[in-house]
Amino acid sequence: MRTDDLVAMLATGAGAVQPNQAARRYASAVVWGFLGAALLMAMLLGPRPDLASAVLLPMFWVKLAFAACLAAASLFAALRLSRPGVRLAWVPGALAAPVLAMWLLAAFVLARADPAQRAVLFFGDTWDVCPFLIAMLSVPAFVAAMWAMKGLAPTRLRLAGAAAGLLAGAQGALVYCLHCPEMGPPFIAFWYLLGMLIPAAVGALLGPRLLRW
Amino acid sequence: MQRIEETSRLNAGEEKLRNLLMRGLAGEEAAYRGFLQELSAHLRAFLRKRLARLPDEVEDLVQESLLAVHNQRHTYDPGQPLTAWIHAIAKYKLVDLLRRREKRELLTDPLEDEFSLVSAADTEAADARRDLGKLLAQLPDRQRLPIVHVKLEGLSVAEAAKRTGLSESAVKVGVHRGLKALAAIIRGDV
Repeated sequence: MRTDDLVAMLATGAGAVQPNQAARRYASAVVWGFLGAALLMAMLLGPRPDLASAVLLPMFWVKLAFAACLAAASLFAALRLSRPGVRLAWVPGALAAPVLAMWLLAAFVLARADPAQRAVLFFGDTWDVCPFLIAMLSVPAFVAAMWAMKGLAPTRLRLAGAAAGLLAGAQGALVYCLHCPEMGPPFIAFWYLLGMLIPAAVGALLGPRLLRW
Repeated sequence: MQRIEETSRLNAGEEKLRNLLMRGLAGEEAAYRGFLQELSAHLRAFLRKRLARLPDEVEDLVQESLLAVHNQRHTYDPGQPLTAWIHAIAKYKLVDLLRRREKRELLTDPLEDEFSLVSAADTEAADARRDLGKLLAQLPDRQRLPIVHVKLEGLSVAEAAKRTGLSESAVKVGVHRGLKALAAIIRGDV
């Protein structure tokens, strides 16, 4: 095959290309991911019974903001990693900031707590299910984010898979906030993060195979 | 000094290339063809430098990168330097090729390969070893026929739809998926 022939073939009837396809794909992926997580949560877990009074507590919103910040930062990471030649730039900092803030808050709370209470603050009542439920709720968002990325062109496949997984995990955690009764910062700082890191690790594992082009 | 001259030459070239691509993405076929033509020369130089030990692979990889650029042209962000985008695609394909060869060399006799490397040196290799006809023959009809009619014979989508009995959107999807499938066949996924 002559290269000129290939060029002629590729150019013939190439047509116009829709702009902003990356943003569009991720927009629909995020919407479907949230819908899927909400549906799973409603069917399998249900919202916490005291949701109406919980929304009056600042910690409820801190928890929500933690997951939302991570979702936003990993969305930017996924968007950037989906395009060849785009640097991550400030994104790692944006990912680290909410985690560090949560860890600081957790350390502060643990330091001030009565030593006998520290284990309760850390383990809460649901430490053994929390990470797995978050990972479970993130499954639809995981599929959606991988679909979005697969249609684009990531060049660092492991990192890209991890970003897509973290985006899904953060969406799962965000929805899980509506069910989860835990309100201790040390609990959120560890078990929520662990729950979000499960899909991120799965994404890193599957990325090189699923995202090749 | 030489480096500075090279950079400014690159910048002028980049501006021209970017202009062609942007017009191509907006639907101007002639501009898009010009973009791909200039790009193939640019890719050849870029890859020849990096594949000095494997001159036989250069033209194959130029073609694979061209196909990748075409298939992924929707991922170019107009605010992004074009060279960064193109080089990232070419490097990705280069690394992929080297990884494939590494895997293959584990299975074959390395000595034999070593000797065949010396053959074709710096001649203008506009021919790659791949045959488009053979590649296309591996595609299912719903992808092969749209590519043959629209991309090789230059029929319009409507004409190709009439010829094949497919709907117009099926023809468009067939072309799009078929070209992606070609890339997958080339990298040995199928």
